[in-house]
Amino acid sequence: MVDVAVVGVGQTAFGELWEKSLRNLGVEAFTAALKDAGVDRAAVQALYVGNMAAGYMSSQEHLASLFADHCGLMPKPVVRCEAACASGSLALRQAWLSIKSGAYDIVAVLGAEKMTDVTASTAVAGLMAAGDAEWEGAIGLTFAGLYALMARAHMHAFGTTREQMALVSVNNHKNAMKNPYAQFHSAITVEDVLNAAPIAEPLGLLDCSPLSDGAACVILASDKVAKRFAKPVWVLGSGQGSASLGIAARASLTEMPSTHAAVADVWKQTGLHNKDVGILEVHDCFSINEIIALEDLGFCPKGAGGKFVENGGITISGEIPTNTAGGLKGIGHPVGASGVRQIIDVARQLRGDAVNQLNDVKRGLCLNVGGVGGTAIVHALGVERK
Amino acid sequence: MIGIAGWGCHIPRFRIRTSEIARVWRKNGSDIANSLGVHEKAVADADEDAITLAVEAGKSALARAGCDPQSVGALFVGSESHPYAVKPSGTVVAEALGLSRKLFLADHEFACKAGTAALQNAYALAKAGEIQYGMAIGSDTAQGRPGDALEYTAASGAAAFVVGPNPIAAVEGMFSYTTDTSDFWRREGAHYPSHGHRFTGEPAYFAHVDAAARGLMEKLGLKAADVDLVVFHMPNAKFPIRAYKQFGFGKEKWEAGLVVVNVGNTYSGSSLLGLCGLLDVAKPGQRIMLVSYGSGAGSDAFSFMVTDKIEEVRARAPFVRDLVAKKEYVDYGTYVRLRNKLRR
Amino acid sequence: MVAAKCSGCDKVTFPPRYACPACGGIDFKDETLGIGKMLSWTTIHASPEGFEAPYTVALIKYENGVVLPGLVVGDMARLEVGSTVKPVLRRLSENSGGLLIYGVKFEII
Repeated sequence: MVDVAVVGVGQTAFGELWEKSLRNLGVEAFTAALKDAGVDRAAVQALYVGNMAAGYMSSQEHLASLFADHCGLMPKPVVRCEAACASGSLALRQAWLSIKSGAYDIVAVLGAEKMTDVTASTAVAGLMAAGDAEWEGAIGLTFAGLYALMARAHMHAFGTTREQMALVSVNNHKNAMKNPYAQFHSAITVEDVLNAAPIAEPLGLLDCSPLSDGAACVILASDKVAKRFAKPVWVLGSGQGSASLGIAARASLTEMPSTHAAVADVWKQTGLHNKDVGILEVHDCFSINEIIALEDLGFCPKGAGGKFVENGGITISGEIPTNTAGGLKGIGHPVGASGVRQIIDVARQLRGDAVNQLNDVKRGLCLNVGGVGGTAIVHALGVERK
Repeated sequence: MIGIAGWGCHIPRFRIRTSEIARVWRKNGSDIANSLGVHEKAVADADEDAITLAVEAGKSALARAGCDPQSVGALFVGSESHPYAVKPSGTVVAEALGLSRKLFLADHEFACKAGTAALQNAYALAKAGEIQYGMAIGSDTAQGRPGDALEYTAASGAAAFVVGPNPIAAVEGMFSYTTDTSDFWRREGAHYPSHGHRFTGEPAYFAHVDAAARGLMEKLGLKAADVDLVVFHMPNAKFPIRAYKQFGFGKEKWEAGLVVVNVGNTYSGSSLLGLCGLLDVAKPGQRIMLVSYGSGAGSDAFSFMVTDKIEEVRARAPFVRDLVAKKEYVDYGTYVRLRNKLRR
Repeated sequence: MVAAKCSGCDKVTFPPRYACPACGGIDFKDETLGIGKMLSWTTIHASPEGFEAPYTVALIKYENGVVLPGLVVGDMARLEVGSTVKPVLRRLSENSGGLLIYGVKFEII
């Protein structure tokens, strides 16, 4: 059975990068990952690209050819993967599967998104394609609106408060302060979050991850080849789950069955469980989603996520340090790039060269969610191969 | 016997007071309200239009008629604020109401009497045996030029009628009077109408309402005393009250139909909304006379005989007085935003 | 507002799908949706093109199990989880060619 390791990582800064186009960003991240791995692009046998909305935001599809061309990989195969905000980890999972199949030994995974070439209302319209275009998009139910409906339901069912949700953003901003790649380097308070302009009630501006440009890239290698590299970080397991596209078809507004399915698959593959995980990256596209993720992944009981956050469970010194580099809220959320960036930030922690470095962390878990849970992808990473 | 089998109306929630409009244009609000006899008018929301109002009114009319929507063989919608210059309002209304696709349909336009023209034609098809049931709807979200006298009264509302067998009010007779009289008009592409000020009185409204009413009464051999309930077109309260007095109709005959006082002039819906007010209270055996007026100009007169059936169906849909009472006031700024009168 | 009731397992689905999500059956009967209750709601301030904020969207739940998203109109002072609503026809939007899109919104009653 082939095992897969992350042998190189690279990313661009995330933010409003007016001077950089989608292709600039992708090539920059790819080049940085090659450099980190210490390989030439000639060694890369295939490229998997995660991107959600290049067609909408840049009038550009056919990213397979675009990046084969600009990354200097022609005539090698390139595959573009799309699962809304889970595009990045979908690309990673597909790359992982391709190596496990024996087809390749060295594959690059690139997540990239350019969101600031269009106005905010155009970007908002584009993001709505992550939900149900016919029944949610057609009535102006925005992506933030979908998570707002879940937030209100969570508050109604479990007494979760806006203050508890705010603490998620506060923690992510704090963690991002020292991250050179992060979009924000500003500490915020619970007061700031509560008083921020409303986006989709009860979510305000500071409950929401920003519109960002950025790219992130990892080089994956089979175990046969990984021994050539300095500090391989092993992909212990990969799980993916699906759920209804539209939120109305869900049995519950306070959990994501796709996450349940994905993480159950990872536990099954790896024989691990929550207590074995030392660091967590979750999909805080909106503050409420970090709370829901903690519950869905089993780090706290259902409904107890708000309290868990209030008690400091997610902080660097907490029970399960979460989003230690700043998360989507602090670092930014170039949609297709985030899934890959999460992998990179866990890999850095496991290699020992992370910002906010934890002591003696052996295994990490990443959760990347597409839409309002239509897709969920979980990866487990570890210092040891098994 | 063919006649009205069901009636229904819709009045949007928002209201603006005459005094609020006068405030913005630096006029004396109470003088204007007293002169027109109109205190507030109904304002459609930004997402309402002649089509949506027609659908709500149509639902109520079908509820009272109690017939299968699939048995309606014609739909005519009359308006002077059809959302499209070319594409009928009626087709959207027909689909929304679940009518059959085997349908006679065309929109009507004749200023404020487009709704009664629709009623004439729906009735004629039913009477001729071409259809079993027909529907006629008068619906408008009329607008007056900002600062113009008509801005105080131009309002939104709709009234719908199902015509067919087993009526709650049989049609006893119809009469129309038509001339080419330029009292009020709007060119293709113009946002607001123009009018002839005092010319809209005697030579227009009064001449035509009078001629049509007299023509109908002569045709049917009726005197004023034979009419139990009456409604004329209501551009304001002053004009119809003056006309009622000229014919000798006492207040008890028209009071229930004088919706203009708190709703304004709903244009193609006006006399028909008044008719709904009368049907809400009419007793079996009573005779109702309706005379509409459309600028350009013409009047349609109808005489209806109320049957026993009216008691059976009356409560199946909202009453005019209940819709008049269901309201929320807006200021002038909100009004112009809702009605798209701001240049962007 | 017409939902689809599966002839095989009685599950009611809206919007109607080609196959019943519960049993896969493809034979349905019509079931009209009338008055429903608000499961959750949000007022949206950051809107996409074609929509002017603020506006309110809710998830409406019916006794037959159907849940659907809808824009909310009417007396907003009475907006809360559990409010009763009824479907009304309103303008939803206008496309780039000037064609008006009509659809169902939910009025608080």
